[in-house]
Amino acid sequence: MIEIDSITKVYGDETAVDAVSMTVQTGTITVIVGTSGSGKTTLLRMINRLEEPTSGEVRIKGQSTLAVKPHILRRRIGYAIQGHGLFPHHTVARNIGAVPELLNWSRDKTEARVDELLDLFSMEPAQFRDRYPGELSGGQQQRVGVARALASRPDLLLMDEPFGALDPIIRTRAQEDLRRIQRQLGSTIMLVTHDMEEAIRLGDRVAVMDAGKLVQHGTPAEIITQPATDFVADMVGDVERPLRLLSLIPLSDLVEDGTADGAPLSPADSLRDALSACLWTGRSAVPVVEDGAPLGRVTLDAIRARARAHT
Amino acid sequence: MILRPLLIALLLALVLRPEWFTPVFAPLAPEGGPVIYQRASLLSLSLSHLGLVAAASLAATVVAVTLAILVTRPAGAAFRPLSRTITNMGQTFPPVAVLALAVPALGFGAGPTLVALFLYGLLPIFENATTALSTLPPATMEAARGIGLSRWQRLVRVELPLALPVTLTGIRLSVVIALGTATIGSTVAARTLGEVIIAGLLTNNTAYVLQGGLIVGLFAVLIYDALVQIERRLAARIGA
Ligand SMILES: Nc1ncnc2c1ncn2[C@@H]1O[C@H](COP(=O)(O)OP(=O)(O)OP(=O)(O)O)[C@@H](O)[C@H]1O
Ligand SMILES: [Mg+2]
Repeated sequence: MIEIDSITKVYGDETAVDAVSMTVQTGTITVIVGTSGSGKTTLLRMINRLEEPTSGEVRIKGQSTLAVKPHILRRRIGYAIQGHGLFPHHTVARNIGAVPELLNWSRDKTEARVDELLDLFSMEPAQFRDRYPGELSGGQQQRVGVARALASRPDLLLMDEPFGALDPIIRTRAQEDLRRIQRQLGSTIMLVTHDMEEAIRLGDRVAVMDAGKLVQHGTPAEIITQPATDFVADMVGDVERPLRLLSLIPLSDLVEDGTADGAPLSPADSLRDALSACLWTGRSAVPVVEDGAPLGRVTLDAIRARARAHT
Repeated sequence: MILRPLLIALLLALVLRPEWFTPVFAPLAPEGGPVIYQRASLLSLSLSHLGLVAAASLAATVVAVTLAILVTRPAGAAFRPLSRTITNMGQTFPPVAVLALAVPALGFGAGPTLVALFLYGLLPIFENATTALSTLPPATMEAARGIGLSRWQRLVRVELPLALPVTLTGIRLSVVIALGTATIGSTVAARTLGEVIIAGLLTNNTAYVLQGGLIVGLFAVLIYDALVQIERRLAARIGA
């Protein structure tokens, strides 16, 4: 558990982060979202003390981050940033193994971990281990950057717009990878973005920042259906709101007995996927199939009813 | 570049077997005078010349890089203009004047030459190292801090390796300047290839001048070339 306790950062006469408090549960993804200049990066950098707070403190597993030397603290906290920041003069393996090396892991253990992570990110270890960052595509560099941040199984992983520089298709894939890997490893992640779509897709919790203040902290559904301020409502977007909500709900929630024609969806797909399929193919229901076994169907009427039942 | 082996062969021949070139240089020597310099072996002069340049350049590199590291730390930033002024002075002060001033203190021989070459070599190395260390890729530096490298580890593992190619360019300039400048060390009795040139000038023997000049020039070209190759390799590794 990470407790952020009334943390504040003042630059001159500007308050970049204003008395932000929140608690992050172990094994969850918290996405910090807000417009440019709202203090997201500053908040994140105060957690691993790349920036010293003007006041307030952060506790990880009950221990204040002020109790250890900053560079020692940072070895326990993964850090991945936009533009990856890989060491261009080190191989992929050495980049990923950078923190284990600092922590004096044995060679074998580090090598095994590097290969494990490369596998996890769908990069063939034998092929990529000995390459230099300059010999990778942008998406691959980004994955290596995230792998480096995860290498020592940190208590907490901080990510500052890690997918900001990727094209939309690679970006969606990277988000899916992260979600899958996070589930698999049970990591605790705090991720900064200014993209509400990304926040809703990835977050167990979403924290919305506006002008240095934390204006709302809740589940994606709460952010969508009960925005605390006009600013949050604006971030979600009126037009997008119903679709965003539907994107959070899996078909398994609404599946009912019966049959339907056309291409089936899986129970893990969202209501938004089903709505989209219905509209595009002119159907009023879609079949739901799990591993080849029919589970039933989801109807357009049921989706409509679910979208209206938000309050 | 097929030229490289040819130049190396030519240089080796000039230094080790100067007598082979008697027919080439003969027309330039004064009537009946000696054609090939024989007062000292060209090999030992070459080695002594290179030794002086290497020692001075090494010292200049150590001092200039250390200074560059200091002035690129937050605490040392205030000293940057001062260091620049000092290294600039080292370069604007003519080496001949340094020699003249250093002789009373250090006596004749290698000492004054070393001082002059050292001072003359500081500036290019300092400028390049400072520039390289203050223009490192920001995302890499942020990540280096973010993953928990200490200051020292950042310097040794990230900053210096990344600054190396540009710093090496400065060292190359400095070495090549020193190779030429070292010749004037002979005026204060340092053993360098300048001895051959000066002997030629004193006895009106163009053959000597050409011989000395050619050897120094070939060393400069070949060393320059070798350092360029090393820089390319390093830069390629660092990612282009
Ligand atoms: N080192 C600094 N010195 C002075 N002001 C700063 C510094 N770092 C950030 N700020 C200011 O603090 C405010 C918050 O900056 P921050 O980088 O945290 O915003 P952000 O939410 O991450 O924005 P973006 O989405 O553009 O990355 C900004 O107004 C910025 O100008
Ligand atoms: Mg930011």
